[in-house]
Formats: sequence, C-alpha cells, structure tokens
Amino acid sequence: MAQASGKSAGKSSFGRFGVHLAVLFFVTVWTIPTLGILVSSLRDKDQIIASGWWNSFASSSQTEAGRLPAASAQVEKDGKFVIEGNLFDPPGSREISAFGMRSQAPTEFPAGTVAELKDGVTLQVNADGTFVLASPTKFEGERGQRVYYAASAPPRFTTENYETVLLSEGIGRSFINSLTVTIPATVIPIMIAAFAAYALAWMKFPGRALLIAVVIGLLVVPLQMALIPLLQLYNGVGAFFGVPSKTYLGIWLAHTGFGLPFAIYLLRSYMAGLPRELMESARIDGASDFEIFIKIVLPLSFPVLASFAIFQFLWVWNDLLVAMVFLRTDADQLVLTARLNALLGSRGGDWEILTTSAFITIIVPLIVFFSLQRYFVRGLLAGSVKGG
Amino acid sequence: MAAQLFSAILVIIVGVGGCVAYFWGANRLLDIVFPSRGVSGGTAVDNLRRQGLIRPWLFVGPALIILIVYLIYPVAQTLYLSFHDRGGETFVGASNYAWAFGDREFRNSILNNLLWLLVVPAACTFLGLIIAVLTDKIWWGTIAKSLIFLPLAISFVGASVIWKFIYEYRGEGQVQIGLLNAIVQFFGGAPQVWISLPFWNNFFLMMILIWIQTGFAMVILSAALRGIPEETIEAAVIDGANPFQIFWKIMIPQIWGTIAVVWTTITILVLKVFDIVLTMTNGQWNSQVLANLMFDWMFRGGGDFGRGATIAIIIMIAVLPIMIWNIRQANKEMGGH
Repeated sequence: MAQASGKSAGKSSFGRFGVHLAVLFFVTVWTIPTLGILVSSLRDKDQIIASGWWNSFASSSQTEAGRLPAASAQVEKDGKFVIEGNLFDPPGSREISAFGMRSQAPTEFPAGTVAELKDGVTLQVNADGTFVLASPTKFEGERGQRVYYAASAPPRFTTENYETVLLSEGIGRSFINSLTVTIPATVIPIMIAAFAAYALAWMKFPGRALLIAVVIGLLVVPLQMALIPLLQLYNGVGAFFGVPSKTYLGIWLAHTGFGLPFAIYLLRSYMAGLPRELMESARIDGASDFEIFIKIVLPLSFPVLASFAIFQFLWVWNDLLVAMVFLRTDADQLVLTARLNALLGSRGGDWEILTTSAFITIIVPLIVFFSLQRYFVRGLLAGSVKGG
Repeated sequence: MAAQLFSAILVIIVGVGGCVAYFWGANRLLDIVFPSRGVSGGTAVDNLRRQGLIRPWLFVGPALIILIVYLIYPVAQTLYLSFHDRGGETFVGASNYAWAFGDREFRNSILNNLLWLLVVPAACTFLGLIIAVLTDKIWWGTIAKSLIFLPLAISFVGASVIWKFIYEYRGEGQVQIGLLNAIVQFFGGAPQVWISLPFWNNFFLMMILIWIQTGFAMVILSAALRGIPEETIEAAVIDGANPFQIFWKIMIPQIWGTIAVVWTTITILVLKVFDIVLTMTNGQWNSQVLANLMFDWMFRGGGDFGRGATIAIIIMIAVLPIMIWNIRQANKEMGGH
C-alpha cells in the first residue's frame, strides 16, 4: 500500500528497522496460535503428544515398552542360549537411542552397548531395533523379558486425523448442519432488510424517524434478552401445533431477527447516500417505488449487500449460543461450534481430534474472509457496530 | 446427508421464494387495487396518494414484525420474567434481584465482568492503534494487517480450542506440548495450569478475545488515521514535534471519536461474551461472567427463567447508556435527512 509521505514523519528517530521488527513481532504473535493447530492437525497422533508442534519437523523421541520373545524362541549358539530379533515391524522404521530394563530407568544404556543383567545374562539393543539376549543358562518361562527404550520416529504428516474426525467424530455431519443453518439465515434477512432499508431511506411515512431510532437502539440489545422469551414462545408454538419446538426454521428466523437491526442500519445508511436525482428522474418517468427499488437501488447496493452477507454468514457460522438454545443437542442437529464444544468435554486431551476439528470449523470462515476481505472491511467501516 | 442437504436447498428456495412472492405480490396487488395508470386524472392522483400511504408499510412490514417478535417483545417479556419465579408464573417482586446481589457466584461474575470491561476494550484499542500506526509505515503493512485481522473470522469456540492448546499443561520436567508452558520451562520456570490459576485465569481467557478483536480495532482506527489531513502533521513536523508528540497531540485528538466507537463496540461485545468462558472453564475456578451465568441458570436444574431473566436484565442495564448514546449520535448525524 503506497503511503503518503506525510505519514512517515519521524521515520529517522523511530528507526525503520524498529518498525519492521515491531510489526513482525505482532504478526508472529497473532499468527502462531492458528498455525499451531494447523500443523498439529496434520501430524501423527502419537507425535502430537510426544513433542511440541514447533518441533514437528524434527524427529520426535518417545519412551516405549516392549516385550522380547519368550523362552521358546531361544537357540543355542557357542554354548550360550540366545534370543534374537527386531523390536520394530517393519524393521528400521524407528531409531533407538537408549534402552533399559526397569521402568524407572528406561534409558539406562545407550543403544548398541551390551548391558549386563543379573546371572550373567546380557542384552544388546541396537539403534535399528535388533537385539541379542544371551544367557549362559537356558531361558525358562512363558513370558519374555520386558524392555524399555527411547525410540525416535521421523516426522510424519498425515491426513488421517481429518478422515477420523469427518467420518467417526460426527464433524462431517455437523458441517452439513452448519451449512443448513447458515445459508438460509444469511439469505432471508438480506431480502427483508433491503426492502425495509429502502423504505426508511427513501419513502415518506409517519413514524419513520421513530422506527430508525428503534432500529439503532436494537443494535445493542444483548442477545441474552431474547433467549428465554423465545424459548418459551417456541415451546408454546411447538405444543400448539404438535411439532418439535427446536427446528431449523426456528433458528433461521431467530438469526434473521437478531441480524435485522444491523442489516437495516447498514443498508439504510448506504441507500440514503445514493444520489437523489436518480430516484427522482425514475419517478418522473412513472416508476413506482417497487420498480425503483428492484431496478435501480438493489443493483447499486451490491457492495453493501455483499458486506452484510459476509457479516451475517460469519456470525451465524460462528455462533454457539443461539444454536445451543434453539437446536437439539443430538447428532441430528448439532452444528460445528456446538460439536467442537462437546468434543472439548469428551475428548479433552485428544489433541489430534481437537486441533483437526477446530481447523475444520474455521476453514470456511477463513476462505470467506480471504476471498471477500474487501467487502468485509467495507462493511466494518460503514457499520462498525454489530450486535454480536 | 444428501436428504438433509436437499431439504436445506428446498427451504432456501421456499424461504427466499416466499419473500420474493410476498414483496412482488403485495406490491402488484396494491397496483391493481389502486391503479394509477389507465384511470382518469383525479382517480389516479387519489390512488397514487393511497399507494403512498400503504406501500411503505408493505416494505417495512416483514422487518417490523420480525423485530417485534424477536427483539422488542422479548425485552418486555424478560423484564416481566425477572419479577417472577422459576416457572415464570408467580410474582415474586424484586426477590430475584435480591438473590442476585446476595449470591457469591453472581458477585464474582460481576467482578470478573468489570475486569473484562477494563482490560479487553482498552487492550484491543491500544494494540489496534499501535499496529495501525506501525503498519501504515511499511511496504508489507497490508499483508501484516490481513494476518492480524484474520482471527476476527474465527469463532470463539474455535479460538478457545486454539488457545487451550497453547495453555496445555504437563507436569514439571515433562515435554510440554503447550506453547506457553514450553516457553516458561525453556526459561527455567515451572509449568502452570494457566486456566485454573485463581484470578489470573481471567486474563488468560481475556487474551483470546483480545487476540480476536484487535484486528477489528486496527482496521477501523487505520481508516481513521488515514483520514487525518496531512497538512496538520506536516505543520507539526515543521514546528519540530517528535513522533510521540505527533502521535499524542496531533493524531489521537483527531481520531478521538473513532476511538470511542471502537471502545464502545468492544465493550458491548465483552458484556455478551459467553462462548469463551463456556468452552474454557465453564465458570469454574472463579472465572464466571454474567453472560455464561445467565446461560447456566437458563438450564440449571431444568431451568430457572426468573433468575436467568434477571441476569439478562442486568446485562441490558449495563448496555443501556451505550444504547442511548448511540441513538443520540445517530440522530445528530442524520439531522434533517
């Protein structure tokens, strides 16, 4: 963005370098959180808990336990009884750095050394997972020797987490639910608000000023005010007609209601700014308000309609409160945000599930945001107040 | 899934089609009942006048009905419920309010809310302003702004998961997978369970909202800064003002109105914020806030509508001054329009 020279006043004393550094600092702090879940969602689930995501390109080291084969696998070799094999299947998939025989000291011996165990038994575990257990006396017993080792795995990136979440954690289903809620709840208010905004901007009727004041007042009414009465109303209507009270129709209309003040406010201020001559010349040509609205005002208002659409889309898609109150909480109707909230409760520490689900819930808003940023900013600047 | 998608599409068509049918049909009907073309001059004038009386209401009608049902009636009903018992039937006077101010959890929520109101709008506005000023000076400012603006698109729940991962705790000496504890441990500190640290956990929750909202403040303030006439800054430079003097004495006073708008907008948002507390702690460890407490009482023990409504009213009262100020401001701007 080309900046006017006047704005760079004081360049010398601030130091250009310092400015770059400061901005870089803010950008880093603001980007890292999202980056963290994106990277984690693509990592192997064992690696997520083994090392921080910022280490995901390095090999991750994990302490594991294994059991050597039982006595039946022994062979006699040079007067000793020997059990040989490989800890890994397939061999060489991981690398061992150290091993041990006790859980308290899982990395007592570096890989490759011959560890002296009791009664003259020796164990050698190599980096590639091969081991040699040797004893002067015959091995006995059904269970093999327990062994601990620190193995490092090369970084592994995968889309398995996405498959898991989409298919078995219900995220796929919720994704569709979210779309089902969001699209009508975005389209319906635009239409209703556009007509109202035109009337409030260009038609003369008694009570108009009062209506505008009411709309502006309603901009800041907390959503919480509406919840209990609407819940009661929905229950009443549901009981009266013998239909369920928590329906998609109910939530579409609720989002329409909550979005309307902002929509009317935003569209009205834009439409009021259109040139008066345009309407007047059309009126002289005999056009009715309906025709003026459809043929002149609506096409001219495209930018502001788009910016409201983005607002409403993001707001509805990201909403948790309205969905939790007006939709059922079973898999049938659970939207993405509510599903994610439920997963936080049920899959608390399973970060492969949580990071992947979180990324799926934010991917649509991010796409909308990046592709339509221009309109989003325009709406912000025009409205800069959104009940949300 | 296919069936569900199909029904969603069907409803969009029916819903939008219904809207179109209403607006087109109602207006067409008006033209037929009171024709203004093809009738004698006197009748045409009369009919035009009648059309002018009715048509605005055809346009605002649907919006008005929805506003009344979804916002105006609920405000009145919530007020009514706040003076009634849990089922909303028996009048109990101000006892819900008396309960609220005697309740330890409620007072704790009020204190936490005050803390949020002090910290979040101030931090967002301050950081937003600094970033707006800094990014205006560099060639990659637009990219930087986009990245800082980006969290605004993320849901509060999504953001909560993102930050919960950052605050993730493992015992001392273990490999930390939470960034914050990893940093603390790297510098030799002891890892903490951040979201259950009494008092301080509030700030770790606020951080999420600050992270989301700073981009908003930045965009609005950046536009305001660009609106400052260059001459005033040039004049200050010629007079030998240093950058800090220019910032505090020339720029800030000129964008004061915008700062106020940003501040109040975020203040309203803070009062209503519920998702972050619900997903991070659900009010445990003394991190409760009003909006979450209200949600809690809506469903706690089958739902206490009286207490829930009372808390909603208290949130509303906190917003009221801003609402009045908004309306006054708008009336002033519209003037004679």
